[in-house]
Amino acid sequence: MTALPPPSAVRLGLVIDLDTCVGCQACVISCKGWNTENYGAPLSDQDPYGAAPAGTFLNRVHSYEVQPPAAPAQIVHFPKSCLHCADAPCVTVCPTGASYKRAEDGIVLVNEDACIGCGLCAWACPYGAREMDAAAQVMKKCTLCVDRIYNAHLPEEDRVPACVRTCPSGARHFGDLGDPDSAVSRLVEARGGFDLMPEQATRPTNKYLPPRLRDHVEAPSVLAPYLTPVADTPKGFLGWLDRALGALPGGAE
Amino acid sequence: MHPAPSVIVFTTFSGLGFGLLFWLGLGWPGVTGLSAFAFFTIAYLLAVGGLLASTFHLGHPERAWRAFSQWRTSWLSREGCAAVAALLVMAAYGAGLVFAGQRILWLGWLGAALSIATVFTTAMIYSQLRTVPRWRHWSTPALFLTLSLGGGALLAGQTRFALPLLVLAGLLQAWAWHDGDSRLRRSGTTLATATGLGQIGAVRSFAPPHTGTNYLLREMVHVVGRRHARRLRVIALVLGFALPVVLLLLPFAHWLAALAVLSHLAGVLALRWLFFAEAEHVVGLYYGAHQGQA
Repeated sequence: MTALPPPSAVRLGLVIDLDTCVGCQACVISCKGWNTENYGAPLSDQDPYGAAPAGTFLNRVHSYEVQPPAAPAQIVHFPKSCLHCADAPCVTVCPTGASYKRAEDGIVLVNEDACIGCGLCAWACPYGAREMDAAAQVMKKCTLCVDRIYNAHLPEEDRVPACVRTCPSGARHFGDLGDPDSAVSRLVEARGGFDLMPEQATRPTNKYLPPRLRDHVEAPSVLAPYLTPVADTPKGFLGWLDRALGALPGGAE
Repeated sequence: MHPAPSVIVFTTFSGLGFGLLFWLGLGWPGVTGLSAFAFFTIAYLLAVGGLLASTFHLGHPERAWRAFSQWRTSWLSREGCAAVAALLVMAAYGAGLVFAGQRILWLGWLGAALSIATVFTTAMIYSQLRTVPRWRHWSTPALFLTLSLGGGALLAGQTRFALPLLVLAGLLQAWAWHDGDSRLRRSGTTLATATGLGQIGAVRSFAPPHTGTNYLLREMVHVVGRRHARRLRVIALVLGFALPVVLLLLPFAHWLAALAVLSHLAGVLALRWLFFAEAEHVVGLYYGAHQGQA
């Protein structure tokens, strides 16, 4: 059913820390690795070793340059995957009922056996979280590693999404954002986590933590006072050269 | 958005076909027997041909039957249901006209209502998308409806309806282009809100996620040259509206009417291409597109 279920108490999602993400792409690779071998159709590549490689990814890391008004520009690495929105527009547009939001934990999934590959859900998503697989011709999206997080066959520390498990800088956090006392909810509260494109009225579950302000050093260096020039005007031979060159036509500035 | 030929053909031809069915359902022209057969054949070729073309757009057309199930929430599903209902009702109504010479009044009206409802649901598939500010506007269904009714009246030979409807559609289209050009900017969605980094400073795309292209870029980030688009807009207005109106005003001749239909069809194909090609999807912002407008 493509009608959205009533809001669930449990809302599983990710919190992504833009301050600590180093843009290493490890989450992109681990996501592709896990999800091409497990839930649903594999994430295919087209022309992977050729001149124009392309492929299906459920998680991509952009990089942006942010220029504050009075500080040096900074680079922000920006991982983006499905935000498992409370008001997911991708779910309600689906004509077949293949796209659905789970009533128990809010995860948005695609039943690939019922997907006709019309692509309308990808059009409805403002975040570019859904990609049609060119080989399987069905819509692929982040499953929040639904086949890991409840998987009793895995050691407990592995029961988190592959991207979270692999992140070397601790920039990705997984948890229940419906519980105000969960670690992720407190992190969002403490760091001022925000929604992407709030004006699109999707009410995303995933939150992003803003980059912290960079240190702002007033003096260029503590050694600066010792490095100031001692002589303003050259003396001796250099002084003569300076005057002589200045006397030439066009020499005086 | 990527202007896929299957979707352009589908919206253009099925729009015309259902427009013609609307006028046939109302009894304008009030034909029976062989001439009714000819009119209904043209209408069904256009409507069904367009619907079949739309299935070429699907990754799994063999599962298309599933699309009738989600009419409670999905405009695409509603369109499928409305189209089949309209075609079935109009088939029964047409059979009465062709084989029995009988006009079942209420059945025709029901068929006409379902035909025009189908065009409305088609428009709503696009108009519902908040992600494409150019489409999310009352003018999208208004244009689809006037184009379908105007083109249908042209095919049905109902000059007194075709003339004002084509003039109205042309004016509406010209205004929709003018107004649509600033809708992305007015929507308030920018790279700053997309990344949430606008509170820190000016945001610029520094590096894309991958060096290659991907489904999102192919499907949703289609950028048309401004000069190119302007020329095509003029061509669409001339062929789609101006020329058919002039031809309709001339003393009636069958070849002139046929020319008016062909010209209108070419114009609508051009404006439908622009409808998709010029539509800016907000996901393009993440890739640094549409910066001039945002």
